Amino acid sequence: METPLLHLALVGTPNSGKTSLFNALTGSRQKVANYPGVTVERKEGFFVTPLGRQVSVVDLPGTYSLRGRSPDEEITRDFVLGKASGETVPDLVLCVADSTNLRLTIRLLLELKRTGRPMVLVLNMFDIASRRGINVDAERLAKELGVPVVTSIAVRKGGTADLLTLTDEISARLAAEPQENSWRALSVAELRATQREADRIIADCVSLPSRPDTWTARIDAVVLHPVAGLLVLALILFVMFQAVFAWAQPLMQLLNSGFDALGEFVHASLPAGLLQSFLQNGVISGVGSVIVFLPQIIIIFLFILLLEDFGYMARAAFLMDRIMGGAGLHGRAFIPLLSSFACAIPGIMATRVIDNKRDRLTTILIAPLMTCSARIPVYTLIISAFIPARDVWGFINLQGLVMFGLYAAGIISALLVSFLIKFFMLRDYAPAPFMLELPDYKMPRPKSIAIGVYTRAKMFLHRAGTTIFSMMVLIWFLASFPQPPLGATEPAIDFSLAAIIGKALAPLLSPVGFNWQIAVALIPGMAAREVAVAALGTVYAIEGGKEAAEQIGQVLATKWSLATALSMLAWYIFAPQCASTLAVIRRETGSWTWMAVTFSYMLVLAYAASLVTYNVAVALGAG
Amino acid sequence: MTDTNETRPQMPLGLAQRGYSGVIQHLSAKDAGSALSDIELESRLIELGFVEGARVEVLHEGLVGRDPIAVRVDNITIAVRRREAMAIIVA
Repeated sequence: METPLLHLALVGTPNSGKTSLFNALTGSRQKVANYPGVTVERKEGFFVTPLGRQVSVVDLPGTYSLRGRSPDEEITRDFVLGKASGETVPDLVLCVADSTNLRLTIRLLLELKRTGRPMVLVLNMFDIASRRGINVDAERLAKELGVPVVTSIAVRKGGTADLLTLTDEISARLAAEPQENSWRALSVAELRATQREADRIIADCVSLPSRPDTWTARIDAVVLHPVAGLLVLALILFVMFQAVFAWAQPLMQLLNSGFDALGEFVHASLPAGLLQSFLQNGVISGVGSVIVFLPQIIIIFLFILLLEDFGYMARAAFLMDRIMGGAGLHGRAFIPLLSSFACAIPGIMATRVIDNKRDRLTTILIAPLMTCSARIPVYTLIISAFIPARDVWGFINLQGLVMFGLYAAGIISALLVSFLIKFFMLRDYAPAPFMLELPDYKMPRPKSIAIGVYTRAKMFLHRAGTTIFSMMVLIWFLASFPQPPLGATEPAIDFSLAAIIGKALAPLLSPVGFNWQIAVALIPGMAAREVAVAALGTVYAIEGGKEAAEQIGQVLATKWSLATALSMLAWYIFAPQCASTLAVIRRETGSWTWMAVTFSYMLVLAYAASLVTYNVAVALGAG
Repeated sequence: MTDTNETRPQMPLGLAQRGYSGVIQHLSAKDAGSALSDIELESRLIELGFVEGARVEVLHEGLVGRDPIAVRVDNITIAVRRREAMAIIVA
């Protein structure tokens, strides 16, 4: 017999353990997508009840009420009310509560009840509550609230057994219950009244212990200390940077040589020609140059999810709020911007922790200005070829100083752009106040973390396999067609569309000191910034590509003026040329417009910075 | 409210020092100068548990301008900027 899929929806306040309950129910049987037209993440999972009923469960964004003050909260409200476009009305709403902290959830539940949806209150983290001496009279609570109450321990095996059984019981008698929606937005007075009602019910059904969670208080004494707290934050960041740059290196090299070997294999086993070039240069090296960043992405998300699960993220936002506020950024923008030093892709993906849409947009727009690791090969090449390795003021290496200057220029311009965005574009917009719950610390749950990292990695690979792949094919096509005539001695790229475009662009780029060879190299550099290095090598007919970077440097030193080199460095601080970043921006903002805005403003900045750098350098005699 | 609190002068939570402990007397969103509308600010504060009679304690403050503050509200901790905390009148 075929019974229809039962639709559940998880609703709860932030930090109620909703996501770990979701992970416990569904395991890795999850689908992550966006709700149509908005940037809100839609997480759906599947499981089977003890009686064999197929269940789909949607993890709705955390909310304190149904007022819908952000796109996330609107989704939660519309979904529960059955107004979300293309969504099924949930058969049963699971209202998830942190058992140690029932106040806000009970108020939310009283509001949810008015929607008339069949509902269950899930007292999650019941073990922690018992350990702290919090006594919840679940039977009385169920009577007072008029909804079934079930306890669960999402992180323990079998901790959701009662919930599963109850789901079966309820689903058997669902159709019989009439459903009427009497919900409307609550006035302040009603809100206050429901909170009073919630507090009364809690006073009747819950006995709170006299002692609060001492561990959280002890950790916070250090972690939220104005000075010590910032030092702890700096230390965590240092370890994170180390991990991203040092720990990921061996794996990245392994992946790199793996793709190189695969390319060589294709090169050796296929006859020279279009197919060989397409597979080796278009598919393998193109997609490979992006997949190489997978270890960094996994490590960054591992850190982010661990810190989030532990409860530290809210503290980091607390510490950084005023410091970043000066530039018009929200405290929560801190971690995404930090991640962008590795790669803007995970950085932009991590902006999902910012619940306000406009704050999130600002962060997405400036994230690509953080010096990502793909710029390092370009910087290193030009610096080592043009900047003398001498000491200034006796102890500072000039090359290192220039590198530092490039990083600083990125950060400063990001802050300036953020300031200007707030000032000009989002002027009518009042800054979101910083009001955030600082949850009690909890031990991170390995299974939940693993599922989280796995989902992110899968999304990244999926993108590498679709959007980025098609960009690579396009760039390969431009760099390979038309084919050089027989007997041509110049590099094949000279005859390609890329060269034609490069030569057409050259007059535009000559004011900033770029010749047509640079213009050509910038085109394959669209795929990923560091590809420009290999492309320069190809254009100057050098064998060996990336590995021969030093050799390319020597050639450049003879062919470029110092002014051109400096101009190129200035260009790369802002250069918008990273197809994958643009693709992620499109996906995360759900709009081509914001992708175009990012591309244009960065292009304008790059051009202006190069123009100024080149002309100042020429005026100073470096031309 | 209890007798002890009536003898203490009322003040906005936004001016409270670290270590201050008191009971919420009422909310007065119009005094906060927040970017949010009065109704919106008041609703959000209530949703985070800032209602009359709740016991509050200022646990931590930030480095720049002693802002934001971390406030214990009954048995949860909420971070809030002093500007918004001006709407919470305590004694």
